[in-house]
Amino acid sequence: MHNFNYHRAADVADASGKLTSLDDPKILAGGMTLLPTLKNRLAAPSDLIDLAGIADLKGISVEGNEVVVRAMTPHAVVAASAEVQKALPALAQLAGNIGDPAVRHRGTIGGSVANSDPAADYPAGCVGLDATIVTNKRKIAADDFFLGLFETALEEGEVITSVRFKIPDRAHYMKFRHPASGYAVVGVMVAQYGSKVRVAVTGAGPCVFRVSEMEAALEKSFAPASIANIKVSAEQLMGDIHCSAEYRAHLISVYARRAVEAMV
Amino acid sequence: MGEFAIGQPVTRFEDPRLLRGGGRYVDDLAIPGMLYGQVLRSPHAHAKIKSIDISKAKAAPGVAAVLVNEDWANSGFGDLPRAEGKKKRDGSPMYRPHFPALAKDKVRYVGDPVAFVVADTVAQAQDAVELIEVDYEILPNVTSVALGSQPGAPLLWDDCENNICFVHLEGNKDKTDEAFAKADHIIKKRFVITRVTAATMETRGSIGHYDQAADRYTIYTTLQRALNFREELAETLNIPESRLRVVAGDIGGSFGMKSGVFNEVGLVLLGSKVTGRPVKWVCTRSESFIADAHGRDNVSDAELALDENGMFMGLRVHNLVNMGAYTQPGTDAGAYSNLGTLAGVYLTPAIHVDVTAVYTNTNIMRPFRGNGRPEAAFVIERLVDLAADELGIDPAEIRRRNMIPPEKMPFQTGLSFNLDCGEFEKVLDQSLEMVDYKGFEGRRAEARKRGKLRGIGMSYTIEKAAAPGYEGAEVRFDRTGSVTLISGAVTHGQGHETVFKQIVSDTLGIHPDEIHYLQGDTDQVFFGEGTGGSRTASLGGSAVKVATGKVVDKAKKIAAHMLGVDEVDFSEGVFTARETNRTLSMKDVARAAMSPKNMPQGMELGLNATAAYNTTRQNYPNGCHIVELEIDEDTGQVEMDRYVVVDDVGTVLNPLLLKGQIIGGISQGVGQMLMEQIRFDPQDGQNLTGSFMDYAMPHAELFPHIDIKSHPVPTKTNILGTKGAGEAGCVGALPAVANALVDALSHLGVTHVDMPATPERLWRIMQEAKAGRA
Repeated sequence: MHNFNYHRAADVADASGKLTSLDDPKILAGGMTLLPTLKNRLAAPSDLIDLAGIADLKGISVEGNEVVVRAMTPHAVVAASAEVQKALPALAQLAGNIGDPAVRHRGTIGGSVANSDPAADYPAGCVGLDATIVTNKRKIAADDFFLGLFETALEEGEVITSVRFKIPDRAHYMKFRHPASGYAVVGVMVAQYGSKVRVAVTGAGPCVFRVSEMEAALEKSFAPASIANIKVSAEQLMGDIHCSAEYRAHLISVYARRAVEAMV
Repeated sequence: MGEFAIGQPVTRFEDPRLLRGGGRYVDDLAIPGMLYGQVLRSPHAHAKIKSIDISKAKAAPGVAAVLVNEDWANSGFGDLPRAEGKKKRDGSPMYRPHFPALAKDKVRYVGDPVAFVVADTVAQAQDAVELIEVDYEILPNVTSVALGSQPGAPLLWDDCENNICFVHLEGNKDKTDEAFAKADHIIKKRFVITRVTAATMETRGSIGHYDQAADRYTIYTTLQRALNFREELAETLNIPESRLRVVAGDIGGSFGMKSGVFNEVGLVLLGSKVTGRPVKWVCTRSESFIADAHGRDNVSDAELALDENGMFMGLRVHNLVNMGAYTQPGTDAGAYSNLGTLAGVYLTPAIHVDVTAVYTNTNIMRPFRGNGRPEAAFVIERLVDLAADELGIDPAEIRRRNMIPPEKMPFQTGLSFNLDCGEFEKVLDQSLEMVDYKGFEGRRAEARKRGKLRGIGMSYTIEKAAAPGYEGAEVRFDRTGSVTLISGAVTHGQGHETVFKQIVSDTLGIHPDEIHYLQGDTDQVFFGEGTGGSRTASLGGSAVKVATGKVVDKAKKIAAHMLGVDEVDFSEGVFTARETNRTLSMKDVARAAMSPKNMPQGMELGLNATAAYNTTRQNYPNGCHIVELEIDEDTGQVEMDRYVVVDDVGTVLNPLLLKGQIIGGISQGVGQMLMEQIRFDPQDGQNLTGSFMDYAMPHAELFPHIDIKSHPVPTKTNILGTKGAGEAGCVGALPAVANALVDALSHLGVTHVDMPATPERLWRIMQEAKAGRA
């Protein structure tokens, strides 16, 4: 780990101000990615701005047809929330299967979403559940938020304050865990909103994506058989020594089908 | 003695301390004035060092020393301990490369230590390491053992032809050739045993402390064999052993890996000598993947000859074994010392094994739980299943037919093992019963309806434990009658303290709370070889038993003297004068033994005993594993559903700890079969599995309940009747799981599955098999 200056932000405005004024700052949320990166000397920010002290950034509420999770809420809290379990069980289930217990108690939704790790679970939750990412400056639709590998629509000085998930008629998330890391090799969120269906895939590509062909087929007929023969091309997908792109493409079909099976 | 007697499931005395964070591992130890070392490691698999510039590093804040090979060479220290004694095929001595703690002129694997920085803090040392400038000329490399000895392979040393370290031949070649000439069936297969890492919970670490005033070195380190370690290290340092103290605290797992004298041990001592201050180095988790020794990594070409009735006539095996880039004592052992396991529990009359050990541009190798046993077990038990399949005989039946019956004991196998006892068929039958072997086809059909391919697989394996050797123990009574118990063995998680205290308590009647256990410090332990090769219960346990026996003998004389009789009886810690009601407790006698008036004429004061126990014959733990698992037809994911084990490890000292050993061993075996593997890039020789993000460790959730029963057939090769248990679980697991996987896929025409059987590998096998059948 290299040396850095540590700041405990008083509020979001303070964090945002420091984010724009300091030399090479980084926001510290749960630190589940950032801290190992620092320890391995793969990043050397000049300053860390810790959001842990901002009370406003914690908590969960159901507001109308939305589940609102504030940015610094740990995954374990989302998973255990009675409100989330009632209003949006698929989200509680997704949060409850992130990483391991230590990660779930430290890692936060804001940190995960802002990082746009291709193998993280929350991006599939956000895109699949038609979420809105709320920052100190604006509201961004999840569809427009995740731009690529570790790349988001966040601009300088912008801090995520909450994520608002639209409550679907029904939804289900299924994930194939990486044999080594436990991250999603393929994670599929299927959600139905009236006549509309969303199928969001994380883990397989460089960034979360939707499978429009599956969505259209399910909108016509919401049944496992509708998507049984729909395959995703392996070309744009990632591969590693455990799971090739071709295998991931295959798993998307299997897991999307299984998610639908679990819903009908 | 009651609840703590030998054979009782006593919970570990170590656990409250260790689980509450009260352990004393290397990184817990701080010595005033201590500095911190960091290693600069080679980023290349094979390269010439054209130049090293340490000037910037030396000038960096907090840096006390920057050491390179020249400093090692000038220190008077010699090579790190090296393997010796084996020969090449032409009878010439094995190739033994020099082994300085820092690479000279050339680096030979990714992670090879190049320089060592000593600074006030770890962070300063890390910063300074990054300031060292090394100019490398990259050379072609070879990491694969199959390619390492091929003509034209890049040479690690110019004068080591074909990278061959040594050759080992075992068995009877002529008889074996003859058997094959007459055989009705020959089963032939190449088996690749992958490379894995021990991934110990506590990484390696060392603190070196050179005391200039006393001209004496102390090393606090992670190890398995303190006195052997001192002997080897003293030779490297060119000093008598009396000027070296080796101290091990608690050790968080080793599995064989920590048993060597590694480069960093030499480096912290040299660092301390140069700076005059203690120097600590503790390996980080990331560093451990490229800095630790690895295990296994060989290729076996094996053939089994059978007659028309499925009786084994001969076995022929050619092994290529990866030695890594350098050898330590023990690196070589995995290649030859446990080949006996290949003979299995079978009557096979003719066996021949031909082993070639090969240097490659990879980490050095160390014994890893089984040290050649799981590799050999995998080969024979896979061959047996292949033969069963080929001849259409049930796997249990073909094993039964070929098993050595108890009435043939002692039995000289076609290799080195001379078995003293074992009831293999009984153990097999018990296992089949436990798993409900007869009901399997019904379960398979039921699974099929759920889209799951269910398979059953078994292994019956045997290995040697407690190879001929010795171990020491000492029992010291203090003035209050409590005990200090010292062993030459070194627990690195097994629970020696618990079992040894049980033996003392059972024999002397002293409550375990009044026994202090001590190990691993060469200034305090007088004798012993340490732990490894499933030896400690048999040898260390027997040594404790002998020492307590000596105590009882002396105490009886003192008690008789004190009670004024010729002889006393001793039971449950109490001495009784015959035909009277006068008694003395062991504690009474121990206290009394400090006073001359209580002692018989001419008897030395005190109640202490040392024992050096040795065996001339190893023992042969054996057992049957049966696994039932299901493969997801869509994804290739494996779920184990049943796992039963019946083991014969002789007398059971503590069934709870025995189960722990078996389960731990199975976990490592299953890990290797299903997921773990150290992989190198075939082009640039980089380690592709340098963290737990890529190196897949098995988690508890992978395992079903493991049902373990013991069928003890006590051995007469040691006084306790125990057979080794530390490695048994791992030995049986690899082939049992492999056989179950193959069975699950057999309807597709699949006859073999390579390790690690990852979901994608199984999915591809299913795809290819279905395509081939279409």
